[in-house]
Amino acid sequence: MTTLNQTRNQTRLPVQAQLWLRSVSDKLTARNLAGAARQLLLPAIGILLFLGFWHLAAPQVQTSLGAFPGPAQVLEQSGQLWQEHSDQRDRAAKFVTMQEQRNERILADNPDAEVRIRSYPGAPTFFDQIVTSLGTVLAGFVLATLIAVPLGIIIGLNRHFSAAVNPLIQIFKPVSPLAWLPLVTMVVSATYVSDDPMFEKSFLTSMITVTLCSLWPTLINTSVGVAAVNPDLLNVSKVLQLSFWTHVRRVVLPSSIPMIFTGLRVSLGIAWMVLIAAEMLAQSPGLGKFVWDEFQNGSSQSLSRIMVAVLAIGFIGFLLDRIMLLVQKKVAWNE
Amino acid sequence: MSKPHLELTNVQMAFDTPGGPFIALENVDLKIRKGEFVSLIGHSGCGKSTVLNIVAGLLQASRGGCVLDGHEVNTPGPERAVVFQNHSLMPWLTVYQNVELAVQQVFRKSMSKAERRDWILHNLNLVNMGHALDKRPGEISGGMAQRVGIARALAMKPSVLLMDEPFGALDALTRAHLQDSLMEIQQDLNSTVIMITHDVDEAVLLSDRIVMMTNGPAATVGEELHIKLPRPRNRVALADHPEYVHYRQAVLSFLYEKQSFPAKHTPPRDTSGADNNADETDAAASTFAVHTAPSGRTTQARPAEENA
Repeated sequence: MTTLNQTRNQTRLPVQAQLWLRSVSDKLTARNLAGAARQLLLPAIGILLFLGFWHLAAPQVQTSLGAFPGPAQVLEQSGQLWQEHSDQRDRAAKFVTMQEQRNERILADNPDAEVRIRSYPGAPTFFDQIVTSLGTVLAGFVLATLIAVPLGIIIGLNRHFSAAVNPLIQIFKPVSPLAWLPLVTMVVSATYVSDDPMFEKSFLTSMITVTLCSLWPTLINTSVGVAAVNPDLLNVSKVLQLSFWTHVRRVVLPSSIPMIFTGLRVSLGIAWMVLIAAEMLAQSPGLGKFVWDEFQNGSSQSLSRIMVAVLAIGFIGFLLDRIMLLVQKKVAWNE
Repeated sequence: MSKPHLELTNVQMAFDTPGGPFIALENVDLKIRKGEFVSLIGHSGCGKSTVLNIVAGLLQASRGGCVLDGHEVNTPGPERAVVFQNHSLMPWLTVYQNVELAVQQVFRKSMSKAERRDWILHNLNLVNMGHALDKRPGEISGGMAQRVGIARALAMKPSVLLMDEPFGALDALTRAHLQDSLMEIQQDLNSTVIMITHDVDEAVLLSDRIVMMTNGPAATVGEELHIKLPRPRNRVALADHPEYVHYRQAVLSFLYEKQSFPAKHTPPRDTSGADNNADETDAAASTFAVHTAPSGRTTQARPAEENA
């Protein structure tokens, strides 16, 4: 029956379509199916088993806020959080239109009147906090990259400089964000004094803490990558008498890109972890604050809502790493 | 002989090792005319590459020095282009871009963009690599990559072309083709070439002069052999030319009788196969060199594996 269909198809379809059909049928071999199963089926089984275990084990754990939430409660709370978010959005939209209407009325009565435009004063929702956290982590990570890559190149190029700063790197690298945070807070408060601040102080504190903790992997990987450029290629560069900048741009940097990206991916992972901790401790807006507020709130739904945040943090961290991987594939020559 | 184009005078090269200085070269004197093709031949570890690196400016002689056209050589430069033992192409650049990097650097001011493009393509076609312009070095064979390395060096229009065993990694046919191309190019451009080789036939076929080096440590120029075969040379016609056979014999005799270690004083069994075995013999020579000083020399220095 299938052969009959295929022959009929082949007589009717244009060549392109026939080729496509053949390639599809080639792909549907047993081995490819097994590969697809390994890629999709096994992870799905793993997740299902985990959910089942979670579902059974969670009610056994009793806390002062009730039983530990299972997958069903967490799913319900994530819907709830989305609902709160869209309600909040509606109220904000209404607030804005009412304000505009009122201002128009005032201006119609008296064109010279000063009108005030206030932003909506409602509390940030879970999704607002995600956006805040993402903004902070990206700012901190970009700042860390801007410091770590050039510094790493200098360290990698210059043995003497490397020897001079190596002990500092070794000492500062393992410092926890929680140790930096009070210092950063105090320094930011003392130095960032402005009547019309461009950034919130809390944003700066979180961002700088993230930078301080996440720049080390990029710094170390960059310096190692730069120091490990193939000596033959360095000789080529010498014979060509490349200027310092051309040498860095055309030889050193491309050669160490794979190492730099490995460092960047580790840095971004650390940045995300550090940020949540910093936000919790400093009470600066973001996912960390959401978790802390829910914890302080102590309602019967708090644990479920925190669990939603935990899963969201994990999922976002995973997505960030995937995005870095995509960028790496675009940029690096060895991918 | 006209005024030397390139002159090495009384060159000594000492490397610092944990066991004290290791003298790789001692009293190396070499005068090379413009347009001359000189081959350096000798057993592994005899400092051939060190000589080449000193001329390239990548190494500084501990004593003595190198003068090119009246200027002392202290730093590397594109007028002394080097073809490295392994191709040394930038793996992130395509074949075209690798040559372009060199051409841009050397002819940025003197050539228009279109001229540079033609010049890059001309050199790549010269080594038969015009078909793989957009391939990365990782996507082509080692022999092809080496051809691109040669094209890159030629594209710098060097006044001295330095080649460190340039054809060692190539198959016999490609090697023959490239040797012929190199002979043609060298005659057209009248460029001076210093080539390190292990291949006796290659040395005789290509060179105006073969410089044979004694075994290290403290290696120096042992004998020089002027090859007075008429050019253009044809490998097929030369194969049983009596002069050619004579030159070949002289090099083999230097390498395997005069500079061989005492245990190997017997003449080579089969001279026709000698060049095929050159690398093998070479490896053996370097292994044994640890135990034996070169004939007529005694040495206190630890004959460490020289990293030249």
